Amino acid sequence: MTLPVALPLSARRLVVTKRLPQLVGLVLVLLVDWLVSPQFFSLRIQDGRLFGSLIDVLNRGAPVTLLSLGMTLVIATGGIDLSVGAVIAIAGATAATLINSGLDVWLVVVLSLMAGVACGLWNGLLVSVMQIQPIVATLTLMVAGRGIAQLITQGVIVTFVNPPLAAVSGGSLLGLPMPVVIVIGMLIITVLLVRGTALGLFIEAVGINRRSSAYAGINTRMVLILVYVWSGLCAAVAGVVLAADIKGADANNAGLWMELDAILSVVVGGTSLLGGRFSLVMAVVGALIIQAMNTGILLSGFKPEFNLIVKSVVVLIILFVQSPALSGLASRRRAS
Amino acid sequence: MNRRFLPLLMTSVVFLLGYLYCSVQFHNFATMRVICNLLTDNAFLGITAVGMTFVILSGGIDLSVGSVIAFTTVFLAIAIERFHVPPFLAFVAVLGLGAGFGAAMGAAIHYLKIPPFIITLAGMFLARGVSFLLTTDSLPIEHPLYSDLNDVAIHVLSGRLSLIAMVMLVVFLAGGILAHRTRFGTSVFALGGNLTSAQLMGVPVGRTMILIYTLSSFLAALAGIVFSLYTQAGYSLAATGTELDAIAAVVIGGTLLTGGYGHVFGTFVGILIQGLIQTFITFDGTLSSWWTKIAVGALLFAFIGLQRLLVVAWVPKRRMSSSA
Repeated sequence: MTLPVALPLSARRLVVTKRLPQLVGLVLVLLVDWLVSPQFFSLRIQDGRLFGSLIDVLNRGAPVTLLSLGMTLVIATGGIDLSVGAVIAIAGATAATLINSGLDVWLVVVLSLMAGVACGLWNGLLVSVMQIQPIVATLTLMVAGRGIAQLITQGVIVTFVNPPLAAVSGGSLLGLPMPVVIVIGMLIITVLLVRGTALGLFIEAVGINRRSSAYAGINTRMVLILVYVWSGLCAAVAGVVLAADIKGADANNAGLWMELDAILSVVVGGTSLLGGRFSLVMAVVGALIIQAMNTGILLSGFKPEFNLIVKSVVVLIILFVQSPALSGLASRRRAS
Repeated sequence: MNRRFLPLLMTSVVFLLGYLYCSVQFHNFATMRVICNLLTDNAFLGITAVGMTFVILSGGIDLSVGSVIAFTTVFLAIAIERFHVPPFLAFVAVLGLGAGFGAAMGAAIHYLKIPPFIITLAGMFLARGVSFLLTTDSLPIEHPLYSDLNDVAIHVLSGRLSLIAMVMLVVFLAGGILAHRTRFGTSVFALGGNLTSAQLMGVPVGRTMILIYTLSSFLAALAGIVFSLYTQAGYSLAATGTELDAIAAVVIGGTLLTGGYGHVFGTFVGILIQGLIQTFITFDGTLSSWWTKIAVGALLFAFIGLQRLLVVAWVPKRRMSSSA
């Protein structure tokens, strides 16, 4: 995601100003967090891992951050994936049910991720082959998905006792909590996948104009299927992390409304809902802004009920700042 | 016959077949009592879905309706029980608040060019957040007017058509006239068909857009009043996911989610089908409630697939690929 050096200065300035609101937003939110809780930035090492509010923001924000990675790619093609919350429930239910049937933990993780991939494949086929509007195609799985998850768990909250699987959420590596390590790993893999190859360009091309990209020789169907599969995979990873966190699977509540948080993160990160351009790192920044606000509200001793209001107000401000009408006004004024 | 009516026809056939099947399965099913209860239980959902139909016809979406319902119930509970505001005054106030809320969202969509999905998502968080702020408890409403209003009913054979079911039927009737017989309705269809063409033809795009979201939020507030009558309580977690049920009813009712095609009556049938599935599961007793979700999801998929096939069949190939 680093800028190519060859980029003209004006273009580079454009990219920086496009990203400035989010970065300033994150700094402001962190500053407010620091004001309400002076020990916000203090880190300490205990039992070989880092502790502190900042680490907590990263740790608690991990599931939404994971979702936002896949969601960014989907939105970049001009689509949207409403089913990720339901996929979290399905993957979690699969993991909890299979681990109780005595399967090896690696096999359980792989199969749970495969469940997410299958959901993504379904979405991708509906969008690319049957040419159904993404919001509708993924809505069917959003509605039916929790039912399917409950079918897997037989309608009860399945709990499990399995230290290796629980370590997916509770463990640590190099002092960092496991979910943070997983997020960093997934971010690197995703960035390499789309920016290390031409895939990122293809995704943006499909988002700008699917028909022209097809004429230009891009296999648009494959690109579309791939982004939805990736979104399903990211959701399944988040589902396993969440299931490991509570050492159980709750088909009704796991990942509930998380798709909306993920979409918000992507939008707050500056990726246009119309598709055509995207930034994975900024989506992560968006997810961190939202999580830092949540943590800040908890630390400040305000009632958690304020959470939704603060969240919606901040999102509205960022939307207004980014809105095409306002930026059009600004550029017109600059031109005159 | 007009091919445009085919989705609506299919929905009606599905409902009739489903109803027939249930009647054969359970001998008490085909009574007025079951039908009236079905209407009463889904009254708030039906009223919401009428507003949602207008929004979807115009090519938009409104995710905030469930939160507006919750806000309305909490507002009413606090106004009536804690501040002893006369209920009818509280009704008028909350309907006004709802309409203003929708107008603000519509204005943001039109003037700031923010996609409806995102702005109504922010509205959803805002309305839910404000109701959390008011109270997180479930407050009972014990005003005598509430039980009086709940006693109002027309007896039809073995069933009793409650006041809230009648409100829903009236809203559907008014919605149908508004959508299919007035200039406003035509403008809504024009917006959903093609925004640019509508603008060039002189349709008042801004005014229509703002009015559509005003109507949707106003009806959501009305649904909130109905919901508070139904449950006799105000609860900030009430009606979560209602927006999804409403969207599902609209789509099952044959309205195209891209906008421009659809019928208010179809939405009514969509509501009936969802109610039918729930009633079937209650009657059966052995099926778990999660089957409702799977059945609604499968139906949604079937109808979307059907619409897709119809569009492929009736739109010339050239236009198809450009819309992809």
